[in-house]
Amino acid sequence: MSSTTNSPTHHTSTIGAIGAPSRRNTELALLVFAVVIPVFAYANVGLALDGQVPSGLLSYGLGLGLLAGVAHLAVRKFAPYADPLLLPLATLLNGLGLVCIWRLDQSKLLQSLPNFVTAAPRQLLYTALGIALFVVVLIFLKDHRVLQRYTYISMFCALVLLILPLVPGLGANIYGAKIWIRIPGLGSLQPGEFAKIVLAVFFAGYLMVKRDALALASRRFMGLYLPRGRDLGPILVVWAISILILVFETDLGTSLLFFGMFVIMLYVATERTSWIVFGLLMSAAGAVGVASFEPHIQTRVQAWLDPMREYQLSRSGANDGILHSEQAMQALWAFGSGGTLGTGWGQGHSDLIRFAANSDFILATFGEELGLAGVMAILLIYGLIVERGVRTALAARDPFGKLLAIGLSGAFALQVFVVAGGVMGLIPLTGMTMPFLAYGGSSVLANWALIGILIRISDTARRPAPTPAGNPDAEMTQVVRPS
Amino acid sequence: MNKPLRRIAIFCGLLVLTLLLRDNWLQYVKADSLKDDPNNRRVTIARYATPRGDIIVDGNPITGSTETSKTGLNDLKYKRTYKNGPMWAPVTGYASQAFGATQLESIEDGILTGNDDRLFFRKTLDMITGKEQQGGNVVTTLNGAAQKAAYDGLKKQGGKGAVVALEPSTGKILALASYPSYDPSSFAGNTNDDAAAWKKLQKKYNPDDPMLNRALRETYPPGSTFKVVTAAAALEYGKYTSADQRTESPLPWTMPGTTTQLKNEGNIPCENATMREALRVSCNTVFGKIGSDLGNDKMLAEAEKFGFGSEQFVPVRSSASVFSDDMNPSQTALSSIGQYNTAATPLQMAMVASAVANDGKLMKPYMVDSLESSNVDTVATTEPEELSRPLSSKNAQILQDMMETVVDKGTGTRAKIDGVTVGGKTGTAQHGVENSKNPYAWFISYAKLSDGSSPVAVAVVIEDESANRDDISGGGLAAPIAKNVMEAVIDSKK
Repeated sequence: MSSTTNSPTHHTSTIGAIGAPSRRNTELALLVFAVVIPVFAYANVGLALDGQVPSGLLSYGLGLGLLAGVAHLAVRKFAPYADPLLLPLATLLNGLGLVCIWRLDQSKLLQSLPNFVTAAPRQLLYTALGIALFVVVLIFLKDHRVLQRYTYISMFCALVLLILPLVPGLGANIYGAKIWIRIPGLGSLQPGEFAKIVLAVFFAGYLMVKRDALALASRRFMGLYLPRGRDLGPILVVWAISILILVFETDLGTSLLFFGMFVIMLYVATERTSWIVFGLLMSAAGAVGVASFEPHIQTRVQAWLDPMREYQLSRSGANDGILHSEQAMQALWAFGSGGTLGTGWGQGHSDLIRFAANSDFILATFGEELGLAGVMAILLIYGLIVERGVRTALAARDPFGKLLAIGLSGAFALQVFVVAGGVMGLIPLTGMTMPFLAYGGSSVLANWALIGILIRISDTARRPAPTPAGNPDAEMTQVVRPS
Repeated sequence: MNKPLRRIAIFCGLLVLTLLLRDNWLQYVKADSLKDDPNNRRVTIARYATPRGDIIVDGNPITGSTETSKTGLNDLKYKRTYKNGPMWAPVTGYASQAFGATQLESIEDGILTGNDDRLFFRKTLDMITGKEQQGGNVVTTLNGAAQKAAYDGLKKQGGKGAVVALEPSTGKILALASYPSYDPSSFAGNTNDDAAAWKKLQKKYNPDDPMLNRALRETYPPGSTFKVVTAAAALEYGKYTSADQRTESPLPWTMPGTTTQLKNEGNIPCENATMREALRVSCNTVFGKIGSDLGNDKMLAEAEKFGFGSEQFVPVRSSASVFSDDMNPSQTALSSIGQYNTAATPLQMAMVASAVANDGKLMKPYMVDSLESSNVDTVATTEPEELSRPLSSKNAQILQDMMETVVDKGTGTRAKIDGVTVGGKTGTAQHGVENSKNPYAWFISYAKLSDGSSPVAVAVVIEDESANRDDISGGGLAAPIAKNVMEAVIDSKK
């Protein structure tokens, strides 16, 4: 942020990255680390579990290296000025996640569960598909502003994606949360992960057009700018949709994620703090309101307040019509047993979490086996990804790009917070997964697409040549703002 | 738009910071309490991951470990076994895959599993050389022969009861038996059979409560055996200075502040009897009056010097024995003959006998002699420790003289051993509303060799609800068991 200048040729301030080196070689060097570290981790797991280097080491290493190499070449070719950190960070997380999933595949306890599948090969396939999607985004999305054209189509898509899990025969209720759809022969899919990106596109397009109306037509009241009643429309609609998600899909995380993302983008678009206040009030009211009658949410809140009681209820087979789960307590024990340095790869007992140990709860395995040090490193990697995303937003020269970048990074940050906070008992558990680490095709695909879009925006922002044929309608009107 | 962007950046930073703080809270501040939470399965897994170290008596292990069949999902590799489990259960406690560990098995868990910091060097060495971690051993002070004599005696008797034997000069516990007992092997695993065996032993399903460690955790009214404490108080506070001095003891004696006469058992010569004579025939009137004359405070002070009122950690916790602190003279009189609220564990009464035998010095009782690493290096040794001095050496000898008369020609003649001087005191404690329940038979004693040293002090209590009331008396039921235990100790020293 040190190079912030107000360029006279643009209405919004930008980061002057003109003449900046492309940093592709930095990216390549970092990528080597991002591949080598998981390979070592993989060898480590094998040595700890069977006393020998796992037989798949070479192919795994080559596979991950190849995928990273393809992604790197795609960036070099199609987005040469992109941010050099995003790809290595995502690759590192994805690689570590794969190792952890493979490690949990070796657990006898998990193998005995009725729905057990060997997840690592599938996750490797998802990763390959995810990176393919990443490359496709880079190839076909030459300029992120193209997405602006699809603002209302995006809205429609997002709504369809969100409603899909509720369609009878398609939706699947997995342990209380209805956020999956089941496609015969392909497995299950979490449309919410994709809706995240599509909604960000819609919000960015919509707010870019409406932001001045939302920002300026307001009355001042008690130090806050209150919006006009009719401008409240959009936020009310998004709020209502979030509440509906919460009620019908009983998923607090997704609901919080979408509403939070919208409030963040609204705030950035209008620079009005009042939106944040409204947003917080509305989400609090919504959450409390729904929690007062939805038993699934109530159970989650109780498990959060007193995980030990929930553990004992689950153990004693309490038959009160509510599905009690010992997972929250098991996750806390896993973290505590890891301590500062962890037990080392393969030597923990996080499989005691059983169901979803390799997806929603995967961070607990990192907590136990890599300890406080490992989890802090992982959280900081997530923090860095978000930081690069925000930086991309700052550097972007067009408001649509700024909004899209901040929407995606904000959603990413919220998701990490909601999931990690849930697993660590900071907030109630929700049914979302750690981006890149957790097992799950939808999550991996969607997050690679998200990184792809961020890389595209950052490439546009840092490209030395003047931006091609700007977007006239966005910046035609000069707005005089009170400041 | 950049100002709100920067604010959002700060907001995202705060989100990550919150997560980092929470993680530090979980994995640093709360780590140990989560890690050691007994509900945390990892505690059990670690406990049975390697063969557990052994508990050792007389150089031989009384425990063992066997590999459990690794079928299906059993994540616990080894199972505890016990040799002669029911006899040793009050010493070992149990370590069960399904039901956790108690007593010695739990207290010395760190040594037995090999996780204790004192085994750090060994553990590191094993880790470097790639050897499986091995648990250390707990070497006890117990005497196998004495324990067998105690347990067999109780078993033959058939009623509920307990025996504690101590070495007076050190406080070493030589025997610690409780009956009825249980076999900790029977539920050491985590199969359905283990669960069934466990259920059968619970008090809810078994009124005899076999899993109660009566030697340490049950308090009984000590009855006449408490007169030894009262006699000690009389000597220590100078009320009487010799065993053969006539006491001021009217008969019948009406307790102060009441119109109730304190009764003796039968028509025994208690009027102004000497303390020797009063102890020999067990006069309630003499010792009741001594107690009420000395008063609550002095009696309490003396009882506390013998260990009443505090839990002992041997290292297994024993219950605290009771002598009340807010009694009127008549209640003090009753308490001084071991009735009213007075209640003592068998360990406590063995401590009384042992302090008298050890010339007035009460040693802290203990049953762990030393802790060893798996290659038999000693990592810790318990040194004998003086707990208090309830009697001067001179008064202790007077009291010994009196207790020896009890065995020589009083109520305790059945504890006599040829060629050994034995001092003792019988007791028959009444309990229940209006004394409706069967009394407890007590016997406390010590043996003294010709060189003046005392190798053993013992306390025996038998509660027998099925026996005829008249049959129960300390001299008849408890003294023979005490005698066998003392003989076993003396024989093993030869």
